[in-house]
Amino acid sequence: MSEIVNCRDLEKTFIKGKETVEVLTGINLTVDEGDFLALMGPSGSGKTTLLNLIGGLDHPTAGIVSVSGIDLNGLSSSALARWRAVNVGFIFQFYNLLPVLNAQRNVELPLLLTKLSRSQRTKNAATALEIVGLSDRAKHKPGELSGGQQQRVAIARALVADPALLLCDEPTGDLDRGTADEILELLELLNRDHGKTIIIVTHDPKAANHAQRTLYMDKGKLVEEATA
Amino acid sequence: MLKQIWEITLMNLRNLGSRLGSSSVIVVGIAGVVGVLVGLLSMASGFSAALQSTSKPDRALIIRDGSNGEMSSYISTQDLNIISRMEGINASSGEVFVVADVPKKSTGTPANLVVRGVQQSAFGIRPELHIVEGRNFATGVGELIAGYKASLEFSGLEIGKKIQFRDSAWTVVGIFESDGNAYESEVWADLPVVQTAFRRDGAMNTIRVILDDPSLANVIQQRIQDDPRLDLKLVTEDEFYKAQSQQRADLINTFGVSIGVIMAIGAVFAALNTMYSAVSVRTVEIATLRALGFGGFPVVVSVMIEALVLASIGGLLGGGLVYLIFDGYTASTLNTGASFSQVVFDFAVTPELLRLGITWALLLGLIGGLFPAIHAARMPITVALRGD
Repeated sequence: MSEIVNCRDLEKTFIKGKETVEVLTGINLTVDEGDFLALMGPSGSGKTTLLNLIGGLDHPTAGIVSVSGIDLNGLSSSALARWRAVNVGFIFQFYNLLPVLNAQRNVELPLLLTKLSRSQRTKNAATALEIVGLSDRAKHKPGELSGGQQQRVAIARALVADPALLLCDEPTGDLDRGTADEILELLELLNRDHGKTIIIVTHDPKAANHAQRTLYMDKGKLVEEATA
Repeated sequence: MLKQIWEITLMNLRNLGSRLGSSSVIVVGIAGVVGVLVGLLSMASGFSAALQSTSKPDRALIIRDGSNGEMSSYISTQDLNIISRMEGINASSGEVFVVADVPKKSTGTPANLVVRGVQQSAFGIRPELHIVEGRNFATGVGELIAGYKASLEFSGLEIGKKIQFRDSAWTVVGIFESDGNAYESEVWADLPVVQTAFRRDGAMNTIRVILDDPSLANVIQQRIQDDPRLDLKLVTEDEFYKAQSQQRADLINTFGVSIGVIMAIGAVFAALNTMYSAVSVRTVEIATLRALGFGGFPVVVSVMIEALVLASIGGLLGGGLVYLIFDGYTASTLNTGASFSQVVFDFAVTPELLRLGITWALLLGLIGGLFPAIHAARMPITVALRGD
């Protein structure tokens, strides 16, 4: 399989007042197409920061992040925004759905950045909702859905533009065990049947068990690798 | 890009319902600014309109050269005879212009009421003037007719009432209107009776004339200057009333704009505060959109549009309320332009003033929305996603 994510000598530091905080140091990471990778580690170990750099939400202080052969450092903010719209689907811990839009319209959001017609957008959003098993909740607003259902809508939104890479930041962190398992099974299905490459950041070892590969981080470094 | 702007704007506007309290701060603040601004300027506008609508293009005043108003002028009977026979003068009326202390209905305090002594020809020279109640004054007796607005503003100007000027009693026998212009703030009486009562010994203050042709004004002025018997000047009514209204209108305008600016500064801070908080409560939403690939520019534009929509509502509300409350409201003020008399006028909330009010509202919305919009677009996505 060809690699989809390639991080070389990645470093990220933040400046807080007079203090410089090194969040990531010397990260080298390769993720192949079709991988399901879990990033684990204690709070503050740099998991989310690494995920943000791979998703083009932030720039590294040093090193290279390349996704599908594109060096993200070379892209301007607006080019990076366009790149994200096409290449990455984000799934957040607290779903980040827009409360004034119903499920269908939330899922359609990434398609507004494409040239698809309105009817095609509606159709694609309906298909994405069908994949996550929420066709019957299309007209419901987030406030009318359970946590698990909201996360499914968020997964449908991440899927709808058909990106190769799904980045999930604690996707089950706000859910009970049963619902979390359903979400993780859904992610497994997307990886297995739809060929999506998935990187998931989690504290939960049970969540990591659904991944093919688990990487452990501590104090900004990759310290250990486990394969399922 | 337009699709992005439209969708984000729509989302922002749909969100307004859940932020009625904070959104109303910007609406009420801007409504207040526009209300005060338009209200004060409508006073100046109404005052100017009352004076300037008094003028007709073919009418002019003849006053003493060097005078800046009717009150300070002096005209002799000989002057009147020469002017009335001058080529280019179609009709003339010698007039006395004096003021009398009469209590105002609203406060009970005396104010300057114009008493104009006129010849019968004065009515032909001012065809817009007509008696609406009672009758015209009889010549040679102490009768007067009151302008409609003067009768509203001053005590004792009802028909049949007697009013005391200069130790003589005058009977109000009629009320007249003259298209709402400055004459309606005056009382008129027979010229010789006024001359006697006010001890003018046959002298007058002005001659009101109708010109054969308005374009002859300069020619007649030259004739007056060339006549060695005359020390007079001709001023067209257009020029005269424009100069009379300018000083007070400028004062009110300056006052209105100054108050408006002070209030606008407050409203801008209110708008900034509202929009910053509007952006703040949607930090995660905006960051999510940007993470999904929406650009910073559509975010800026959509926040600006929201601010402008709220500002427009405020502007329309302020302008609308002022229109409903003040348009046509009758008030009086001292005309400091040489006559020192009360001019009764109607506030005029004109379309131009409403347009000005809306322009101010949009400007305030623009300023109030710009910085929060830029803040929203520039906030690092990773920070904003945490809701910090």
